[in-house]
Amino acid sequence: MIEIRDLHKYFGDLHVLKGIDLDVQKGEVLSIIGASGSGKSTLLYCINALEPIQKGRVVVDGTDVHAKGTDINRLRQKLGMVFQQWNSFPHLTALENVALAPRIVKGKPKAEARDIASEQLRRVGLSDKINVYPSALSGGQQQRLAIARALAMEPEYMLFDEATSALDPELVGEVLDTMRLLAEEGMTMICVTHEMGFARDVSDRIAYFHQGVMEEIGPPQQLFGNPHSENTRKFLAKVR
Amino acid sequence: MFNYNFQWRPVWRSLPDLFEASLVTLQVAALAIVLGILVGLVLALVRMNMRGPARWIATAWVELARNTPVLFQLFFFGFGLGAFGWHLTPFTIVLVGLTFNSAGYLAENFRGGFNAIPDTQLRAARSLGMTAWQAYTRVVIPQVFRLVYHPITNQMVWAVLMSSLGMLVGFRELSGETQFLASRSYRIFEYFAVTAVIYFVIVKIILLVSRLLAMRLFRY
Repeated sequence: MIEIRDLHKYFGDLHVLKGIDLDVQKGEVLSIIGASGSGKSTLLYCINALEPIQKGRVVVDGTDVHAKGTDINRLRQKLGMVFQQWNSFPHLTALENVALAPRIVKGKPKAEARDIASEQLRRVGLSDKINVYPSALSGGQQQRLAIARALAMEPEYMLFDEATSALDPELVGEVLDTMRLLAEEGMTMICVTHEMGFARDVSDRIAYFHQGVMEEIGPPQQLFGNPHSENTRKFLAKVR
Repeated sequence: MFNYNFQWRPVWRSLPDLFEASLVTLQVAALAIVLGILVGLVLALVRMNMRGPARWIATAWVELARNTPVLFQLFFFGFGLGAFGWHLTPFTIVLVGLTFNSAGYLAENFRGGFNAIPDTQLRAARSLGMTAWQAYTRVVIPQVFRLVYHPITNQMVWAVLMSSLGMLVGFRELSGETQFLASRSYRIFEYFAVTAVIYFVIVKIILLVSRLLAMRLFRY
């Protein structure tokens, strides 16, 4: 379970997150929507401590993420992350991309790491691209590679930071399908997304972020059908 | 008008000596590049990530190495330190001088290389649970290495050619040996002409090996 309490984040003078309180249960799929600059991506970075926070707490399965003495590298193994810019490692083949972390972070033997990697590549539909370098993959394939790479660490949570925003429209579907598959398998997911259809179909709850505040959170039917907040209403009217 | 009589025979007879001296040249240049890569990498990382005295020293190093004549740098390690009673052997003077110089140039190449790798690569690596060390050594530096590969080759060529200055601090590398042999036989032109050809061939071999190695190393 991820517990976020009164989380404040500043970039210099800029107050990006203004006291976020949020719990994410095991097995839940939460989508976060909102305009650019509303702080939704930053929240993800605060959950796995890629960004420090200035006030509040993030607790993952009882471990305070930002506390001194927390073994953040160990904790991050639980928290898979997929980025907007897919960030495949260009100097490694697809298989090596996925096998690297299991091998050097978890210390798995080479053969086992390769087995894990090919299994995860199969899962995201890239079995035929095992020995290909990322430069020969499409954006959608690279993003699925990034998902496989995160899954190879056997995370308990997956954080998706606008995983489809940088993709050509015709490639969005294949990535969303992969994410759907994960959701059906029961993965706990937090998805920052602009894909309203995906958010509606897959999420258990949707949170709307507005200027660093979590304006509203609830099941898709409520948020899309009968939003309580005026800001949510305005936002949804714009994106639809 | 043109009555110089070429006499090549002494040169041919000295070829074994010249080849031996070529190996000395290659040895000192290669060592200087290996050390230059290591020191240059450290200088680049210090300049990018640290503040205070460490950074000032790294910056001063890079500035001096790049903006003063290599000959002066050699003289400093030869006669300059000698004035303080610190006497290095000719080999060490050339090795230290060339390392100092290449490290300065390579540091700037490395810095450019690091800046060309998006921050997001580091973030992606760290998000998988890698330590900063693992992320740098497994993800960032291999990519930087490709970017600086050709500059390193150039620096290697440069080191081979600049090592000829060693003759001015009494080092018997290829040029020093040539001068020694030439002054014994007075066939100055012949000796230096042949040595120029040897340098040319060495450089061409380095470029060829570098290109073949690149094909093996960088398949992406």
